[in-house]
Amino acid sequence: MPLDNDQPPRHGLAISAQGLSRTFDANDAVRGLDLAIAPGEIYGFLGPNGAGKSTTVRMLCTLLAPTSGTAHVAGYDIVGDAQQVRLRIGAALQEISLDPRQTGTELLRLQGRFYGLKGSVIDERMRALTTLVDIGDALDRRIDTYSGGMRRRLDLAAALIHEPEVLFLDEPTTGLDPASRARVWEEVRTLNERLGMTILLTTQYLEEAGELAHRVGIINEGRLVAEGTPDELKRQVGRDIVIAEIAGDAGVARDALVHIAGVDSIDVDGDVLRISTADGAKTIGPVAIALDTAGIEFDGLSLRSTSLDDVFLELTGTGLHADAPDAHVSTNTTMEDAR
Amino acid sequence: MTATRVADPVGQTLAAPSGFLRDTLTVAGRALRAVPRDLEAVVPPVLIAIFFFVVNIATFERLTEAAAGGFDYTAFQMPTAILLGVTGVSRAPAVVLDVQNKYLDRMLLTPVRRTSILVGHMLADVAVAGALTLPIVALGFALGVRFETGLVGFVAYVAIVAFWALAFAGFGYAIALKTGNPAAVNSSFMLFFPFLFLTTSYVPRDQLTGWLDTVAGLNPVTYILAGMRSLGQQGWEWRTLGEALLAIGLVATLSMWMCFAALRGRVNQN
Repeated sequence: MPLDNDQPPRHGLAISAQGLSRTFDANDAVRGLDLAIAPGEIYGFLGPNGAGKSTTVRMLCTLLAPTSGTAHVAGYDIVGDAQQVRLRIGAALQEISLDPRQTGTELLRLQGRFYGLKGSVIDERMRALTTLVDIGDALDRRIDTYSGGMRRRLDLAAALIHEPEVLFLDEPTTGLDPASRARVWEEVRTLNERLGMTILLTTQYLEEAGELAHRVGIINEGRLVAEGTPDELKRQVGRDIVIAEIAGDAGVARDALVHIAGVDSIDVDGDVLRISTADGAKTIGPVAIALDTAGIEFDGLSLRSTSLDDVFLELTGTGLHADAPDAHVSTNTTMEDAR
Repeated sequence: MTATRVADPVGQTLAAPSGFLRDTLTVAGRALRAVPRDLEAVVPPVLIAIFFFVVNIATFERLTEAAAGGFDYTAFQMPTAILLGVTGVSRAPAVVLDVQNKYLDRMLLTPVRRTSILVGHMLADVAVAGALTLPIVALGFALGVRFETGLVGFVAYVAIVAFWALAFAGFGYAIALKTGNPAAVNSSFMLFFPFLFLTTSYVPRDQLTGWLDTVAGLNPVTYILAGMRSLGQQGWEWRTLGEALLAIGLVATLSMWMCFAALRGRVNQN
């Protein structure tokens, strides 16, 4: 059923933003964000808490007006044509948005009516979403009796009741157990592959971004600092990582490693040193010798290829979960700094 | 205004725009379905109203009817009891819960019209106020009250009650949407006392003296009670009914302006 009489061109972007910014009082939450997300793409928005991911999603979902800049979602301006945007998007926000006094069935039916669906279509959609929700008879119980995982899955189902063209998932698997997380991942892939749904997914989980996203944008302090496929981003850093778990003074260890040929940078995170190098196989031996010579005992020495976490660290100078309460303070020293 | 689309994504949503009426009825339906789960919000006010109705009649009936021949204190008290039962009963606390548990965001993500969110709740309030009126009227009938204006007058009587309940509820919605704080919404109950007690709740206006008579003259509820009493006891007194509707209109103008301004503030994407 066509939504309007427009005859849109068959090209263009599902989500686009130019210089999108949002300021809260004196705090610049999002600064000059440019986005270009193609129809049918899964785009992973990766960044720590407070990076501006949720603010960006709330702007693109029309819940929040930009302070400056423009954006189009599903081809419509998020400010001027907000109602057209709302018809075409679904969103599961970071904070679960459910009415705990309703049953799951009531909530989904109501959601369908809000999107103008007829009763028979709502019935059909509810049957289709049963697998995703996967809470059996509990669907007829009040939502305040649901576990966190059940609520999260119902929230996602509510976002999908009208088969949106563009789906926003703001940290959709936070708080889910591994099995539920895997089910959500599978559903995201299916929605994308079967319906060609464009999906913007924000996450703090590197694994999630790597598993699901065709392209990843890394956001830090309100700015998009890098963008590309996971492989492209890893190639940007293009290094192997030697990880040394030491028992001695990290500062002494770092000084001992600074002058090894081929070492590009050393990141100290508590008792763990991450030594960035172009050729890990060549460097790991000299690292072991240098630590031993300096009298630093080490519990482990391993070599691995670049991860998105390394990319994030390289680009922002801080770990992805550096703001977590139990996180170690992570510092990054390039060889130019050290020498 | 025609929206301009600059791209066409791969999929095609099932969603379709729906009208203001459907949106409003959908919201009202949800609000009404919640009432049986929230009986503690509607039953106690009616029980309290019935309690005072019975006690006040027992206390003042002989005194007032002896003082004025032909005066029917039960019929006089019934509007007081009804306004006591319905004033302040609204779904505004449910709106606060929607703000707190983010369900309002879920609604705002949909194309539902923003005004329908508020009007739908108010429509439910009108229905609830009408329903709450019935047990008190039934008790009044059982105690011998009759309507001079017949069935049409009775319908007008209930309509006045419902419109008053709606006008008063506007203050609750304004506070709910402005603050999102249940304690603040409960504080709107403070308005209840001057409206309901600084007026002709217990005796006719000509029996009030001094400052209370002056305040009662300024209190819109005085005119609403007079309008209701005229329908029950005197017949179609258009001037009195007009004053009642004007009084409701004045309160409603203020409260609706406040609550729709609060709604705009809540949903204007800031």
